[in-house]
Amino acid sequence: MSEILTVRVNGALVNVPAGSTAAVAVMLSIGACRQSVTGQPRAPLCGMGTCFECRVEINGQTHQRSCQVICEANMEIKAHG
Amino acid sequence: MDSVLQRSFDVAVIGAGPAGIAAAVRASESGARVALIDDNAAPGGQIWRRGASQSHHPEAEHWLDRLSKSSVTLMAGTRVFYAHKGALAAESDHALSEILYDKLILATGARELFLPFPGWTLPNVLGAGGLQALVKSGLPVNGKRVVIAGTGPLLLAVAAHLSEQGAEVLCICEQAPFSRLCAFALTLAAFPEKLVEAAQLRFRSRRAPYLTSTWPVAAFGQDRLQSVQVSDHQCLREIECDYLACGYHLVPNLELVRALGCRVTDGSAEVTELQETSESAIYCAGEPTGIAGLDLAIVEGQIAGYAAAGNLHSARKLLATGARYRKVTSAMKKAFALRPELATLAKPDTLLCRCEDVSFQDARKHSSWRAAKLHSRCGMGPCQGRVCGAAAEFLFGWTMDSSRPPIFPVRCSSLRAIGSPANPAQRHGGSP
Repeated sequence: MSEILTVRVNGALVNVPAGSTAAVAVMLSIGACRQSVTGQPRAPLCGMGTCFECRVEINGQTHQRSCQVICEANMEIKAHG
Repeated sequence: MDSVLQRSFDVAVIGAGPAGIAAAVRASESGARVALIDDNAAPGGQIWRRGASQSHHPEAEHWLDRLSKSSVTLMAGTRVFYAHKGALAAESDHALSEILYDKLILATGARELFLPFPGWTLPNVLGAGGLQALVKSGLPVNGKRVVIAGTGPLLLAVAAHLSEQGAEVLCICEQAPFSRLCAFALTLAAFPEKLVEAAQLRFRSRRAPYLTSTWPVAAFGQDRLQSVQVSDHQCLREIECDYLACGYHLVPNLELVRALGCRVTDGSAEVTELQETSESAIYCAGEPTGIAGLDLAIVEGQIAGYAAAGNLHSARKLLATGARYRKVTSAMKKAFALRPELATLAKPDTLLCRCEDVSFQDARKHSSWRAAKLHSRCGMGPCQGRVCGAAAEFLFGWTMDSSRPPIFPVRCSSLRAIGSPANPAQRHGGSP
């Protein structure tokens, strides 16, 4: 738990404990992961990969479930919340 | 990405939670070549999820250790999106695999049941297990004010875990009445170890009031949650908080069970005493055979693993233990049955389908799950009805009767590769 990683969320640096998922990085920074089809901000609901509310872009790959992706140093996360 | 890695196994196990791990280990110990496939980055499922926090249950350590010492081929971070007799197609971030098998064990676990109420789509309104999973995945909750709500034994476990992580758990709202919980506790008298476990969880969460016959009716906030309104039938109370963790117990993940044509009765996969489904050579273990918790999942997993590997003698030795744990299941179902008021919380404009933003009123006017899907796009988004389908079952009595590939959203390149004529998955009869 002691080791800290730095990732980028929408360009801003965010520190997370090593082993954290990308969802944690988003929740600790801008809070919402995506906009719904009618423009509402959405954030993680199930935390286990079934609800798809936490979709973000990770290292250029769109529609990634951020709760299932472990943060790596310098990971580039784009959230559209 | 267009090349398909083809591998062949005696036994393929889908789901690396407690049931899947136990199944894979036992099948492997019985001499079978085994693959264990799981969507998550590491084995353990939800209950043994480790992530950023390193603490672990001794039983989890025991099984994870046995798994790592076994000859089981672990395919983590791998999503099965197509299943047919004898063949599976699965995608990971870096590879596309076709897995050929003689015997298949489905240990796909369960997800939380979420019910719609005004404000349930706001950021920071999560599942009870959902918030716990995120905390295990590194989310700090120190000093955060949390309301835990819903139903089932999971609420206590979540309260205990979050309290120990420094959260201020304001209250635990259990929708079940106190009288039913007392009746459940009496049943547990035959399982003293379960009573001790419950008492320990309550002790660890002792600073949070445990309110029975209480449930959230609305969540408020602009861009994120600011407060939640709870009802105890007599009065409404508004509580300011940072997180609402609300889940109405569990529903089994039956997508693969259904896609493979295995019979489902009363919301669970039908199995023989050796965990074989209505389809020969396909076994099922753990929550998909009925929500029953960790102990039974481990026993069922072992039975399925032994049986799939042809070690029937060892499988039969575990039958009595399984039967004992099953008694808790029916008592639990009764104790935490959902009160009818929970079906009346959604307003006409409250969303039911969060992927396609379909409102309660737009879904309600249809006569079945299928009609609602066709006419309103309810359940047609990326989660494929995993959230709203289970809610609609409780709200309208609809059943999600079929499951078609792809079982999971996949890359177009994966569909293309698996659909090519050179590929055996297609020769087996299905088209993705």
